[in-house]
Amino acid sequence: MNQYAASNAHQMVDSLYRSDSRRVFATLIRVLGDFDLAEEALQDAFTAAVEQWPRDGVPSNPRAWLVSTGRFKAIDAMRRRARFNASLATLAEKIETDTRASGVWEDEGVEDDQLRLIFTCCHPALPAEARSALTLREVCGLTTEEIAHAFLTGPPTVAQRIVRAKSKIRDARIPYQLPSREDLPDRLDTVLQVIYLVFNEGYSASSGDSLTRPDLSREAIRLARLLYDLLPEPEVAGLLALMLLHESRRAARTSPEGDIILLENQDRSLWNRDRIAEGVALVEKALASRQIGVYTIQAAISAVHSEASSASATDWAQIVGLYDLLMRANPSPVVDLNRAVAIAMRDGPEAGLNLIDEILTRGDLADYYLAHSAKAELCRRLGRTAESRGSYERALSLARQEPERRFLERRLRELEPQLTLDNYA
Amino acid sequence: MRYLCLIYFDEKNLDVLSEKEYNAHVDEALDYNDELRSGGHFVASDGLLSVQSATTLRVRNGKVSITDGPFAETKEQLGGFYLIEAKDLNEAIQLASKIPSICFGCVEIRPVRELIHS
Repeated sequence: MNQYAASNAHQMVDSLYRSDSRRVFATLIRVLGDFDLAEEALQDAFTAAVEQWPRDGVPSNPRAWLVSTGRFKAIDAMRRRARFNASLATLAEKIETDTRASGVWEDEGVEDDQLRLIFTCCHPALPAEARSALTLREVCGLTTEEIAHAFLTGPPTVAQRIVRAKSKIRDARIPYQLPSREDLPDRLDTVLQVIYLVFNEGYSASSGDSLTRPDLSREAIRLARLLYDLLPEPEVAGLLALMLLHESRRAARTSPEGDIILLENQDRSLWNRDRIAEGVALVEKALASRQIGVYTIQAAISAVHSEASSASATDWAQIVGLYDLLMRANPSPVVDLNRAVAIAMRDGPEAGLNLIDEILTRGDLADYYLAHSAKAELCRRLGRTAESRGSYERALSLARQEPERRFLERRLRELEPQLTLDNYA
Repeated sequence: MRYLCLIYFDEKNLDVLSEKEYNAHVDEALDYNDELRSGGHFVASDGLLSVQSATTLRVRNGKVSITDGPFAETKEQLGGFYLIEAKDLNEAIQLASKIPSICFGCVEIRPVRELIHS
């Protein structure tokens, strides 16, 4: 083999590692029945590829080669260790007979292996905080350090969550399989929750001095694309659309100093038109399916904003209608609050304020800073400065993030001149 | 693989049943035993008498100490169990979700640790 072909083979291994190592890993888990064995086999298979491909040439089906090499290496390693642990010999034999070397890649199951992996990592029997860490580690291939950095925790905490989750998968025997048709809606819901949580952690970080961590959002979108590819259900399209439409506004929603810019004040020329086009097309597809879920409705609301040239040119009547639909599908105080704000935009601040007062009186959102900040804004528009000030102060006492606090402080300062007038009136 | 399904509920939920309701529940439970048996999933099952009848033992330094009542005072108590055979957790969840007394409380599914003489 000449120098040129050898360097080509090296590049091939590198690019396959980046693009396909998690797919090979997903199949190896099915073949070997264990996450850790599969991880080890994956590394061994790629090491073998680095040694052999430049010398012998790239095999005609590289992924199949990696799976069957990984399988051989795992069986081999188990046999060697069987001197110390007899049960490994039995296991090695079982793997060898259950999965024929040649058949592993041709199995019908291969295309579903990544989906199996996603459903296993997001199994409802695993603790919620472990599901996202495990999914990012095993499906997306992020390192423990990267996950810890993204969730603002220490690598040992993340490592422990992942180790415990994998022990539970092994000990309680969480199967590596797709949910039954009957269970699919519930199980898919758990998967979508994990993806949306990862996205939101990146889009509006729950604490810390920076408002967003874009890497996590990108990872969530990548994951949703993969899921949609494997399982084109309407709600998967809805969630992907929702994230793309939010993500389209990333450049416009903070100032260069890291301050929050509200939707109505954003420079809409900064919105990413490609993401909007993709998001809108997905929403339309999901809506056409007639199985309209909560992610699709939220994406539809976001799409209405995306298509308006300004806040005042927005079709608020349609947005109120969509919030009504969302309240029927998934009633919650936060949805109710957003509906009240949309009604204020459609019918004027007075109408919205009455609704927000009702929500606050019920007490559900008494500690939610956005409820008080929305009330403050409507009071300001109605010239009720003292009430507005009180609500902004309440919001400020509840806000946890630096950019949120700076935003509220700025609003309070802007009330100042009117306050002076009030005082002298 | 065997799973122990522990049924926890507030005993008050049983006390409020009429005799007719209680008997209907017992019938349902016995029918479910048969259903598990015919599917090859049944190992053992029973309901328990009230925690008021519980006795807790400890052995410390070879000495047995006996206390009245359950191991832990909680709102929901262990009220019964099923030991089932299932191929994996998904099957166990599917079988346990149909245990009739789950409507009084909840079921904790625990994989059984196989003990082997060394």
